[in-house]
Amino acid sequence: MSTIAPVNQPTQPHDPDNGPATTVIKSWKAPIVLGVFTVLGFLLLVVFGRSGVSTMSLSTSSDLIQLPDVLLPTRETGIVVTVLLAAITGVSVWMVQSSRKVPIWLYSVFAFLLLLGFLAWASADERIPVPGLLFGSLSLAVPLIFGALGGVISERVGVVNVAIEGQLLAGAFTSAVVASVTQQPLLGLLAAMIAGVLVSFVLAAFSIKYFVDQVIVGVVLNVLVTGLTGFLFSQLLAPNKALLNQPPKFERINIPLLSEIPIVGPVFFRQTLIVYIMYIAVAAVYFGIFHTKWGLRLRAVGEHPQAADTVGINVTGTRFWNVSLAGAVAGLGGAYFTLGSVGAFGKEMTAGAGFIALAAVIFGRWDPIRATLAALLFGFASNLQNVLSIIGSPVPSEFMLMLPYLVTIFAVAGLVGTSRGPAASGKPYIKS
Amino acid sequence: MSAVQEPPAPGRTPTPEPVEESRWHGIFREITTGNAIISVLAVVIALAVGAVMIAFTNEDVQESAGYFFSRPTDLLSAVWQAVSGAYSALFQGSIYNFRRDTFADGIRPLTETLTYATPLIAAGLGVALGFRVGLFNIGGRGQMLIAATLGGWVAFALELPAGIHMVAALVAGVAGGALWGGLVGLLKARTGAHEVITTIMLNYIAFYLVSYLLRDGFLKTPGSNNPQSPASKPNSVFFDLLGPGYNLHFGFILVIAATVFTWWLLGRSSLGFKFRAVGENPNAAKVAGISVQRMYVYAMLFSGGLVGLAGINQVIGTTTSGFGAGIDSGIGFDAITVALLGRSKPWGVFAAGILFGAFKAGSFSMQAAEGVPIDIVLVVQSLIVLFIAAPPLVRAIFRLPTPGAPRRKPVPNVTQEVVAK
Amino acid sequence: MKLELRGITKRFGALVANDDINLTVEAGEIHALLGENGAGKSTLMNVLYGLYRAEEGEILLDGVAQHFAGPGDAMAAGIGMVHQHFMLIPVFTVAENVMLGHEETTLGGRLDLAAARVRVKEISDRFGFHVDPDALVENLPVGVQQRVEIIKALSRDAKVLVFDEPTAVLTPQETDELMVIMRQLKDAGTSIVFITHKLREVREVADRITVIRLGKVVGEASPTADNEELATLMVGRAVDLTVDKAPATPGAPALVVSNLTVVDRTGQVLVNDVSFDVKVGEILAIAGVQGNGQTELTEALMGLQPRVLGEISLDGKSLRNRSVRQVLDAGVGFVPEDRTRDGLVGAFTIAENLMLDRSNKLPFVKRFNLQLSYLADFARSKVREFDVRSQGIETPVGRLSGGNQQKVVLARELSRDLRLFIAAQPTRGLDVGSIEFVHERIVATRDAGTPVIVISTELDEVAALADRIMVMYRGRIVGIVPGDTPRSVLGLMMAGANPQEGAAA
Repeated sequence: MSTIAPVNQPTQPHDPDNGPATTVIKSWKAPIVLGVFTVLGFLLLVVFGRSGVSTMSLSTSSDLIQLPDVLLPTRETGIVVTVLLAAITGVSVWMVQSSRKVPIWLYSVFAFLLLLGFLAWASADERIPVPGLLFGSLSLAVPLIFGALGGVISERVGVVNVAIEGQLLAGAFTSAVVASVTQQPLLGLLAAMIAGVLVSFVLAAFSIKYFVDQVIVGVVLNVLVTGLTGFLFSQLLAPNKALLNQPPKFERINIPLLSEIPIVGPVFFRQTLIVYIMYIAVAAVYFGIFHTKWGLRLRAVGEHPQAADTVGINVTGTRFWNVSLAGAVAGLGGAYFTLGSVGAFGKEMTAGAGFIALAAVIFGRWDPIRATLAALLFGFASNLQNVLSIIGSPVPSEFMLMLPYLVTIFAVAGLVGTSRGPAASGKPYIKS
Repeated sequence: MSAVQEPPAPGRTPTPEPVEESRWHGIFREITTGNAIISVLAVVIALAVGAVMIAFTNEDVQESAGYFFSRPTDLLSAVWQAVSGAYSALFQGSIYNFRRDTFADGIRPLTETLTYATPLIAAGLGVALGFRVGLFNIGGRGQMLIAATLGGWVAFALELPAGIHMVAALVAGVAGGALWGGLVGLLKARTGAHEVITTIMLNYIAFYLVSYLLRDGFLKTPGSNNPQSPASKPNSVFFDLLGPGYNLHFGFILVIAATVFTWWLLGRSSLGFKFRAVGENPNAAKVAGISVQRMYVYAMLFSGGLVGLAGINQVIGTTTSGFGAGIDSGIGFDAITVALLGRSKPWGVFAAGILFGAFKAGSFSMQAAEGVPIDIVLVVQSLIVLFIAAPPLVRAIFRLPTPGAPRRKPVPNVTQEVVAK
Repeated sequence: MKLELRGITKRFGALVANDDINLTVEAGEIHALLGENGAGKSTLMNVLYGLYRAEEGEILLDGVAQHFAGPGDAMAAGIGMVHQHFMLIPVFTVAENVMLGHEETTLGGRLDLAAARVRVKEISDRFGFHVDPDALVENLPVGVQQRVEIIKALSRDAKVLVFDEPTAVLTPQETDELMVIMRQLKDAGTSIVFITHKLREVREVADRITVIRLGKVVGEASPTADNEELATLMVGRAVDLTVDKAPATPGAPALVVSNLTVVDRTGQVLVNDVSFDVKVGEILAIAGVQGNGQTELTEALMGLQPRVLGEISLDGKSLRNRSVRQVLDAGVGFVPEDRTRDGLVGAFTIAENLMLDRSNKLPFVKRFNLQLSYLADFARSKVREFDVRSQGIETPVGRLSGGNQQKVVLARELSRDLRLFIAAQPTRGLDVGSIEFVHERIVATRDAGTPVIVISTELDEVAALADRIMVMYRGRIVGIVPGDTPRSVLGLMMAGANPQEGAAA
């Protein structure tokens, strides 16, 4: 795709005699990308447009306040959306022409319109339950969010965490066993955190103490955890299912009042304890990283460990404990698989969620809030596929499943702009 | 005017300033300067850990542990039984089966080992080549799947004369892997996208793409609802090396040739020289007129091509009856451990591939005979790599002396990417 | 506070970096630590600061023995350090950098940025630093970054302040300002250790001078000692202070650069409309403080910069927008300023490094195959010719000393048929012996009729080598002046002053 290449053209410096000169480099990346998607939208929504009426239901039957369904004439919606997309593309051309930066909200509006058009197109003469779609998205995103938070903490302190997958899997396994044996889901949660920390210990020991390349340790750890849990599953869990692999699941807790807000309530406030913990974790990690002493030191170590060392911060210790903390957070995400959704451990049940979480970290530019949003986006894409396959969408499910990965490649290939990770991430700190 | 020669900007330490090293070089040096004993010991520790796992999860052992204080020897003998049984099954399943009467039958496990080693070596060479250029190719899975798709399609859909058909399928497969790998190189060269991320993502994309093609595309077997491709045509299949009684096929010869080729490429060719220069110090390579971007693309083409050889080997060598989306069977990831164990040197990879091939072949008989799940091989393999990457740990475990003072540089940062301009 | 170092010995493997060093700094004194590159000055200070642990010896503050497990202890004891490579986090603000390590928090563990701002402002105002507490460090000029380092140390009530080669990155004017600040600090009672290899600065500001050579204290000197005396003490022998060089006999212009502009990816202009030429048989020195566009200018000449406007021609052929390969093939030899980063592959052998930029053609490569025996012969002869001291041509260059590494780079570049030779900071970090060797080679190259460009931030080097001097400031040429221009004029030019005004001054 030609749009990936930066199309930068230096122009003549304006005033060679005047002050420290800067010249404006016009990047046509944004209009090109928007243009391509507008054309794609036009093709899908208008040329291959479908006729009928798309129904979006906004309330579930159990809601106190019932909102009426939204009915959209499919073809007309497609045409309106395409016109709006074209208009936004035009605006972006104008903005680049006049050397302005295309604001992020414009991209958001564009993406929302495109999504709306697609939903309408896919659900011609069908009904899409919006709260269900969003609820499922959030559910699928929960382990990704925990994993991404773990990734953010770890990378911010300077250790690349490719072992998120292993931490999730270890958390899932341990929480299942402990919760089954004790019949206490809370203990299972605690065990999941400990399991995540143990994986982190290995990552930390090998990368911080022995200077083994962090990516390699991470990859190998994933294999190790996969092998260990697989082995123990076959040897112990499968023959003793009743004792070791029937954990009690967390119950859903409806938060009074909040759970009755239309759309928002059913999606966010009729969840299990783990999800509420997730809300707190996101807020805590965000506040912690950017507004506390802990976060300042963490970021300092990840950006410039030597500078941190010279002001008396223990670089090795800071890295070690924060990588451990990252493991605990990711471990919680693992527990969600067994105690929140599935209800039992299965071999390799995390199925690559750790890698998607890693992608969310990068997509979210090492920011806990943005990484959470990226994880939600990935959860949405997966669940959209589920919903569409139920209503019989014309798009093969495999392509919907591919979407998060494609989006990530686009993201790292610079569509999001050159993002800058923690400067010392991945580099061992070697003192003489 | 001062006539004194003032030496310009000072060095920070009195030691001769060590050259900054590339990210991978650190680990390679760590691996290569550790002597071979470390590798052997790493295998020993890993097998010992495996033994502990086998013992702990064995039912007889658990039972006898219940009355340990009344009859402690029972526990010990149960442990011995479990572990020795498992490892002798591993040996007999991978090297020589003493329970067979004839040599021809007894040696069959070894040929199985070589058969399993074939794709591991090919993919391991691909990953190792990437390492030498400073690229971490985790995309073995995707590259194998695309190789299987293109090569497999040539193998089952076309009608070509014997020999030509095989070569055509082989070329298509290698080209498929090279294509999928080259894409990664291109993305890195053009946009700076990190190959670890793009290869992981392309693995999934390939998986879903192949799943779709198997379900509803040109890989679908007509009249079947199984997501499996049609069988490869007999003309396209690798011939057996030792006759129909053995599974070992022509792929093994190809892999030997690939090893020789990779050795020549890296050590004796000008392209390999440039590869290594980029891998060790991309900045210096760039200043010396070597196009780092181009090297990334070429390296990923070669790397993907070698992994593609593993992919096509599966389809027209090992599993010729049609393939599903799991045809890579984890070889793309095993290849990383093979490359690391082989220290990214072609013949080292060859040896490591045979070792891991033996583990694989033996694990099946271990599971069949002793009920030990094959997942234990993953554990042993990953432990081997971890220990090999950290010689100080191995030395500490065996209380070996530290060979000389480690030459660590006081400057923490290591160059790893060319500064983007 | 009085600082005493007694019998400090620090080893790195077999190498003794500090050998039984004794040093006493009285309260309120500026004590200069003078020594060549690699003499062990920075190591000593890193021992003092708790970054390295000494094998032997002790550190006393006001007569009390100290044990520093890390920089935190040293700071708590009242020692502050202004590092040569600033220890600042580029993406943090000034206030965040200053508070790091001794953060104050408000309710709920929230960082108290307001308090940090006040602190920065207070110290900044006290010394007239004009530092904005909310500015991002990466956006500040180096001179200001250095002040942030000083504020950082003072905000922890440092009583002993170590300046490690503080003037390397400063213009002559900024250096003068720093001297004023150092005296101010001294008057406020702070003890100062001033590490440097620049004799003039030492004589200007120091109360006492201790000279270190090869890890040992070789003597004390008073600020009244003359240059020759200090230099001999520092190097250990009488130094040949001038480069033997016949007057230039310039021929026709070989390299012609006109209206060259280099822009970075964000649109910042790094080299601004630069025009000059270099003639056959002359050395053009490009002088200027680090970071004024010299690096980018050479990179543009070499084809290493992607956004270049204007024209470059060598012997009448255009070199603009050519790849590095094409530039090298046109006969340009290049010694990059950071040899370990850009000039050599540390893990490669001497032999491999000698063919690094000729990896695609005869006689080193024949039909894809490396010609290893030819390479070995070639390497052996070059090692002899350039006097590279090593255990053989198979030695990885990473194991060589800086001087020998630079000789490998020179051997490689000078063994091609050159139409132009560019040497950027050719003697940076080298000992005096290697400096002499490099300078001789550069002059010999000129005498062989090759046009030479030397980029240097060191006025002494510029003065020693140049036939003509071009001074750059903020990406522009301030002026091109004769090689014997007085350094006072050059100093003003390096700060951006017009050469005519400079000459009048």
